[in-house]
Amino acid sequence: MTTTTAVKETVGTTAPGAAPTPRRTGRLRRIGLPYLLLLPALLLELLVHLVPMVIGVVMSFKELTQFYIRDWGSAPWSGLGNYKVSVDFDAPVGEALLHSFFVTVGFTLLSVGLCWLIGTTAAIYMQDTFRGRGLLRALFLVPYALPVYTAVITWVFMFQHDNGLVNHVLHDQLHLTDKPSFWLIGDNSFVALLVVSVWKGWPFAFLIIMAGLQNIPRELYEAAALDGAGMWQQIRRITLPSLRPVNQVLVLVLFLWTFNDFNTPYVLFGRAAPEAADLISVHIYQASFVTWNFGTGSAMSVLLLLFLLVVTGAYLLLTSRGRRTSDV
Amino acid sequence: MSDSIRSSYRSSYQSSGPSSQQTSFRSPMAPPRSFLWSRRIFLTLLTGFVLVPVYVMVSSSLKPLADVTGKFRWLPSGLTIRPYIDIWSTVPLARYFVNSLIVAGAATVCSVVIAVFAAYAVSRYNFRGKRVFTVTVLSTQMFPGILFLLPLFLLYVNIGNATGIALFGSRGGLILTYLTFSLPFSIWMLIGYFDSVPRDLDEAALVDGCGPLGALFRVVVPAAVPGIVAVAVYAFMTAWGEVLFASVMTNDTTRTLAVGLQGYSTLNDVYWNQIMAASLVVSVPVVAGFLLLQRYLVAGLTAGAVK
Repeated sequence: MTTTTAVKETVGTTAPGAAPTPRRTGRLRRIGLPYLLLLPALLLELLVHLVPMVIGVVMSFKELTQFYIRDWGSAPWSGLGNYKVSVDFDAPVGEALLHSFFVTVGFTLLSVGLCWLIGTTAAIYMQDTFRGRGLLRALFLVPYALPVYTAVITWVFMFQHDNGLVNHVLHDQLHLTDKPSFWLIGDNSFVALLVVSVWKGWPFAFLIIMAGLQNIPRELYEAAALDGAGMWQQIRRITLPSLRPVNQVLVLVLFLWTFNDFNTPYVLFGRAAPEAADLISVHIYQASFVTWNFGTGSAMSVLLLLFLLVVTGAYLLLTSRGRRTSDV
Repeated sequence: MSDSIRSSYRSSYQSSGPSSQQTSFRSPMAPPRSFLWSRRIFLTLLTGFVLVPVYVMVSSSLKPLADVTGKFRWLPSGLTIRPYIDIWSTVPLARYFVNSLIVAGAATVCSVVIAVFAAYAVSRYNFRGKRVFTVTVLSTQMFPGILFLLPLFLLYVNIGNATGIALFGSRGGLILTYLTFSLPFSIWMLIGYFDSVPRDLDEAALVDGCGPLGALFRVVVPAAVPGIVAVAVYAFMTAWGEVLFASVMTNDTTRTLAVGLQGYSTLNDVYWNQIMAASLVVSVPVVAGFLLLQRYLVAGLTAGAVK
């Protein structure tokens, strides 16, 4: 709150129309100004992201149960205790975490792959103008524009056992199943989660790829056409390679968002996610807020962050190296 | 600064700038038949996939209760607007609505203003620590929300105990949290957008006697309106749809739609027609806004993020 008022003050003093400032202070301001402009953003990021992250790391070394919530500084240190509990894969806590981790990895790979594939295909098919293209584009962005919870609630209704659309179509109309299936509990819940996640996620890939396509110079296509390259060849030889830098960021962002996604499973399944769709975010939330054991929850979060850091680092290293050598 | 420079610049910007790049033709020749057919099939299937839930939402919201408790029906047995009247009394939807509006609106305004300042600094100045700043801000996107949910929860509770400023359970705390969610992406996108505004223009403004901030607000900001709109849309959507922090950091009076909407399904009877009606009511503002402004978002992404 204080940061915004600080900015307002600087706006006030240098507002156009004020008396022209002398050279000396102007010079000082020139050096200090960029930092001043960054200050609000920096302070907020510190308050909401970086400081809590440091606290989180400290918390993970403490025995932070419900008795110490009010005054967490007084919680006793537990060394690596929380980490030992988290990665002891023979004990129930560690075993559940490992299971949740594998579910999340599988889910993320499938979801990101499908989102990227559908988004890219749709964007490339819609690169040229045709009748109804604008309408279709707006329509395709609806799942992305819908607030997560309303979209997911609609899917919850569709997946209902007795009065849902999915069972009505699969069982009553197409007779594909012997009896109506349960979608939100048991093994099917993984499929349900994947469908909802792809439905909600692919338009983002579509949006980014569409923007990326507009930066491909038209001359490239013209030159290729003169050389006798057909449409499919143009897509394979020009469009897809040109999208590489965009894809590098897009896939990473999709991966991180999907891996950390909390909203979709939480609204789809409620507080208790079925085992087959026990994503890691919900799992940690459960471990922390249901048992009020913040220490273990923090240790799990730190492990998750370390994993994401390693994966992201490796990914950027691999993709950038490949890109640089192919560019030069 | 003379207005003519600005307006002439703006018109030239709009004719050649990213907002006009709506099409890029792939090939001067007609696409082959195989391409057209596969496109037709793919886009039809995809339209179906996208539309079915939307249809379910709209049609169910107009059904009598009997239609949504029994077997699913594609067509309603009769149309009624009863659900749209009942949603306001079943749960205090109006209150949730106002809360969401305040939280998302304030978070959007703050986030955009702060991002404009930060992006201007990065785009126009060379200073020590510039790279560290951009990398740090962007990397916060990577953190799992759950990692800082717990510490932030404790931080807010403790700040409240120590200073009496109620961040936990208040709208202020939620606004503060949400605006930092959209900040990294907003800064990143606006840097790209500001970079595409020629420097000569703000230098001309400086010569004309505007201060640096005068140049920002009189030249750079007006030229980057599409990018700023895009960022605002993104910030609003982020705040409007967030569930995790809303579920932990609100109480009965500050509850937002994201949490409040679940009130319909925890009751003994599940009024699916009302849930769908309420979903539609809370979706329409964002979806309509998004669809109206999506060209700016695409243009903004083209100029900034994907370059």
